[in-house]
Amino acid sequence: MADLSIVFAGIKAPNPFWLASAPPTDKAYNVVRAYEAGWGGVVWKTLGEDPAAVNVSSRYSAHFGPNREVMGINNIELITDRSLEINLREITQVKKDWPDRALIVSLMVPCEEESWKFILPLVEATGADGIELNFGCPHGMPERGMGAAVGQVPEYVEMVTRWCKTYCSLPVIVKLTPNITDVRLSARAAHRGGADAVSLINTINSITSVDLERMVALPMVGSQSTHGGYCGSAVKPIALNMVAEIARDPLTKGLPICGIGGIGSWRDAAEFIALGCGAVQVCTAAMLHGFRIVDEMKDGLSRWMDSQGYTSLDDFSGRAVGNTTDWKYLDINYQVIAKIDQDACIGCGRCHIACEDTSHQAISSLKQADGTHRYEVIEDECVGCNLCQITCPVEACIEMVPHNNGLPFLDWNHDPRNPYCVAS
Amino acid sequence: MIKSLNHLPHPHENAQVLASHFTDLAPPLNARQAVLESSRCLYCYDAPCVNACPSEIDIPSFIRNIQQENVQGAAHTILSANILGGSCARVCPTEVLCQQACVRNNSQECAPVLIGLLQRYAVDHAQFSEHPFTRAAPTGKRIAVVGAGPAGLACAHRLALHGHEVVIFEARAKSGGLNEYGIAKYKLVDDFAQREVDFVLEIGGIEVRHGQRLGDNLTLSELHQQFDSVFLGLGLAASRLLGLPHEDAPGLLAATDYIRELRQSDDLTQLPLAERCIVLGAGNTAIDMAVQMARLGAREVNLVYRRGLEDMGATGHEQDIAKANQVRLMTWAQPQELLLDEQGRVRGMRFARTRLEDGRLVSTGETFELAADAVFKAIGQTFDDAALGDPLAQKLKRVGDRIEVDEQLRTSVPGVYAGGDCTSLGQDLTVQAVQHGKLAAEAMHAQLMLDQEAA
Repeated sequence: MADLSIVFAGIKAPNPFWLASAPPTDKAYNVVRAYEAGWGGVVWKTLGEDPAAVNVSSRYSAHFGPNREVMGINNIELITDRSLEINLREITQVKKDWPDRALIVSLMVPCEEESWKFILPLVEATGADGIELNFGCPHGMPERGMGAAVGQVPEYVEMVTRWCKTYCSLPVIVKLTPNITDVRLSARAAHRGGADAVSLINTINSITSVDLERMVALPMVGSQSTHGGYCGSAVKPIALNMVAEIARDPLTKGLPICGIGGIGSWRDAAEFIALGCGAVQVCTAAMLHGFRIVDEMKDGLSRWMDSQGYTSLDDFSGRAVGNTTDWKYLDINYQVIAKIDQDACIGCGRCHIACEDTSHQAISSLKQADGTHRYEVIEDECVGCNLCQITCPVEACIEMVPHNNGLPFLDWNHDPRNPYCVAS
Repeated sequence: MIKSLNHLPHPHENAQVLASHFTDLAPPLNARQAVLESSRCLYCYDAPCVNACPSEIDIPSFIRNIQQENVQGAAHTILSANILGGSCARVCPTEVLCQQACVRNNSQECAPVLIGLLQRYAVDHAQFSEHPFTRAAPTGKRIAVVGAGPAGLACAHRLALHGHEVVIFEARAKSGGLNEYGIAKYKLVDDFAQREVDFVLEIGGIEVRHGQRLGDNLTLSELHQQFDSVFLGLGLAASRLLGLPHEDAPGLLAATDYIRELRQSDDLTQLPLAERCIVLGAGNTAIDMAVQMARLGAREVNLVYRRGLEDMGATGHEQDIAKANQVRLMTWAQPQELLLDEQGRVRGMRFARTRLEDGRLVSTGETFELAADAVFKAIGQTFDDAALGDPLAQKLKRVGDRIEVDEQLRTSVPGVYAGGDCTSLGQDLTVQAVQHGKLAAEAMHAQLMLDQEAA
């Protein structure tokens, strides 16, 4: 079986599956259960200055799919609501008992040098492997000048990172907020500040739904609500893009990335790793199913790596980065055309109506003698948009087949139709 | 009680146990099951299920409404196409209609969406503060509907909707037709048929006169004179004869007569029980009869059909119900002689084995006997000729014994329409009768409005 062990930003772990800083890593009891279940590492739920934060009830709400599958969870829980002393004592003991697992401590204190100078030696003394700076919490804490309020200002990110590198010898991972316009600016700031790695994404500002009877958004605290942070499989596409943006940014080249955002399966993890991550963090999937999910994640990833001939994560980490580029470098002459496998088609007509109403009228509906319909692609009209394939309920029934039109590779920079075309 | 079976014993089980044998064969979905099941619908375009529904219910739309917790909207979609959507949800052979056509019934999928149960869920759970359909302004037209079965009720409702005044003439004491008198009790339980009738009549403008039998105290000529238009939804009141001697012997009965008795019975323990019985026939009525007798406690139920299983009118699903109730399906045998005891009561039947020869059914010459305390005929219904005895009624063109109608459900007599089992369309499902009633109402309405314009 492939070797899943990693060394990420100098931190060793038996596998790349870490639990993100969140309720599952709130205290020794949970963390020990996670280690027992086989997680490679844990980011301890964010520590802050005493007095500890106070939480409200209720705290979570969800965005459900049609079958009540959870697409995403929104939370309004703050950082740890236990004292610094208890957390530090538990961290020390847990690290002592589980020396082979990664234990990172998430931190969030006011944006003042003294505050960091005070807490960093205490954390280092626990024997923890590294620290993660929580610059991303989008609810509650920013109102107090912390969390995303720091992460949204690159200058603050750089400043605090530098303080941490100054007052602490542990690897520093800077956790980034997605609630910005260009995540590269935050990553560059962390890099300038001396960060050993970045982790992303933290949760996204969200309201999941509204109780239309009571006219209150969810989650409800009495008769009120507030926005929370969104996580779970629904945020994965956003996280993947932000990871890729950083991975292919020349200004942060080589900066280790820990992927976070909707990871619930080995395949999700492999995708983050392919886009440049050296480790991943999981939270929502564990909150929905328990720590046992790591079994299938480890097993699936190893077997897939075996099937691909990869012996370690390094063999494929970042492999998809080079193929991720700007729109202007795409081959404008490349063409795919939908092809419907008539034997696999179940005749639902979804491809037809989607194309007919909202795309390019490229799928005809032919009524058959027996009253059923046959759906056929009008190749000349098909622009290769993939919508029919997406709407088809049968996997692999519609294939997007590359069409050899005999035209050479041509990107927009060199396309004569571009008024700003670069003469070739 | 049924005179011809008076000599038979009663069921051995107590009332409570018997009642438990006649609860819903297919239990209704609960809210969670309905949402789960509705999420399986692919919301097909030009959906095959809609094409397969005789009453053209927009199935993907009503299922999507269930999914979106809009049960009233779902029910409205169903009822606007089929006002008897509640009973059709229960009695339709969905396995050969919508659910057979469902794309999820494809061999590469798992199973069809349970459209019938979802339809039942929507109609059962919709809570309308008032009747969901509003009548158009009065037209001043009066229309007679003969028969308060599915065809007549659907026709009357649609006519009332268009602003016409309707009088329904019904021979029996209750409305509902076969829903009330002819469907297996475990398919249409409790008083649903009557509640559905009440719901249909809620629209207003429909008067039902019971005890009015065409050919008895009512004639087509009178109706034709007194009303602007007439709809005949007579059904098929008479049971076919075997054509054997002793057809009136105690112990021989039409299955429909027994089912009617069973459905109307307040006390199942008082029904006659045929410990050993024979059911003749191959349609759903034969299955209904056999299964219900088995559920009353009969030890031996033989369903005998002169051809093979694949020729049976009853669907595979119905045959499975029979087998699950220990009904023995005997094929390739036709009645030869009714066997009587000294008192002249049925004690069994002799059958001749049959086979196909050049496409013709012939006797092999071999015979066998089956002992039975009762024999039930479910070999088909036929027209009660007395109904169409008056001079005008005799002018109705017939196909065989059925009334000939065109695609607009018009008979050969102007102003007289017909639908359901009594017509020549050769369709015998509740849902088809509903569709006939609906289409006839639309045709009558269009014609009446045209006449009015011309006048």
